[in-house]
Amino acid sequence: MLPALAGCGPAKLDVHGIDVSGADFGKDFSLKAPDGTVHTMASFEDKLVMIFFGFTQCPDVCPTALLRASDIKRMLGEDGERLQVLFITIDPERDTPEILSAYTQAFDPSFLALYGDAEQTAKTVKDFRIYAQKVKTGNTYTMDHTSLSYLYDTRHRLRVLLRHEQSAQECVDDIRQVLANT
Amino acid sequence: MNQRFSSPRSFPARFLPAGVRAPRSLTIGGAIAALLMSGLVHAQVVVQEPWARATVPTQRASGVFMHLKADQDMKLVKASSDVATHTEIHEMTHDNGVMKMREVDGIALPANQDVALAPGGLHVMLLDLKQQLKADDSLALDLTFEDAQGKRVTQQVTVPVRPLNAGAPQSGQGHGHAHGHDSAPDAAHAGKGHAH
Repeated sequence: MLPALAGCGPAKLDVHGIDVSGADFGKDFSLKAPDGTVHTMASFEDKLVMIFFGFTQCPDVCPTALLRASDIKRMLGEDGERLQVLFITIDPERDTPEILSAYTQAFDPSFLALYGDAEQTAKTVKDFRIYAQKVKTGNTYTMDHTSLSYLYDTRHRLRVLLRHEQSAQECVDDIRQVLANT
Repeated sequence: MNQRFSSPRSFPARFLPAGVRAPRSLTIGGAIAALLMSGLVHAQVVVQEPWARATVPTQRASGVFMHLKADQDMKLVKASSDVATHTEIHEMTHDNGVMKMREVDGIALPANQDVALAPGGLHVMLLDLKQQLKADDSLALDLTFEDAQGKRVTQQVTVPVRPLNAGAPQSGQGHGHAHGHDSAPDAAHAGKGHAH
């Protein structure tokens, strides 16, 4: 799009979220989908990728984030087809492939859940610099976790961290800027 | 000791809170007056717009949200439901891009204030669900309230289940002091508690 910048880092943005264009973290992963297929970023060629890290026992933030993601996809119109939403579980102990599949399908059939074993999950947490901590509560445990959605351009460069407080429209605005500056 | 409460005509025994002990120095009349002034006799909590989020098969937890308004200072101290092995009262906080959820001892319900249990804040957490919560079903939730004197009242609320991808109802967003729900037509339960 901007030949003058070819070879340089991506253009800076003026977005509602946190512009992390040029970030050297959160580059890739190798995790399984519920059907057992292993995915990396390369699996989503030419797609905008939006990743949310969460767990299905979450009463609140995760469903809210995925609901917003489905709104974003719809509001993007035709460009929505270029958006791949990924839900990476930080609680593989409880989030079985069956639960993950049913969970993401409830929001949008195109959304894909990904999981790894404990070691892979820990690596994901580290590589993406997210926060995920098991916390005991009463009779069970919950997860404290990062609520940001990671937005990648179609060349799979991390560009924006969408804040949980952003409206779907504000996310769409940010995504359009990323599309225009890739 | 019993003679402190020996005036059934003005103070029917069924209203006597088992957990309440009036100071010994109080006269019968003083004790009754104190109890009446505190509104114990007619303590009630109005529960409005309750809803639970649906789950997918084998998902073991979900949240319940609602508005509560007590007519005197009360506290929500306990919740339970037959659909879950454990039920806890949680508060979610969201700070600097990190979501945290903690069990709380209870939720204070200041007199005549609307207290919202809503996404982004307080909620009742159903844990180790025994069944899938399906949209358009409903579940029974027992809420136990405690007044300033320690008297507990439990009331049952019928909670409709909304789809997993449902957001909060418009009127239920945010939390704090959204007044004006008194005449809402969908009041789930008009707080006729039964004493334990």
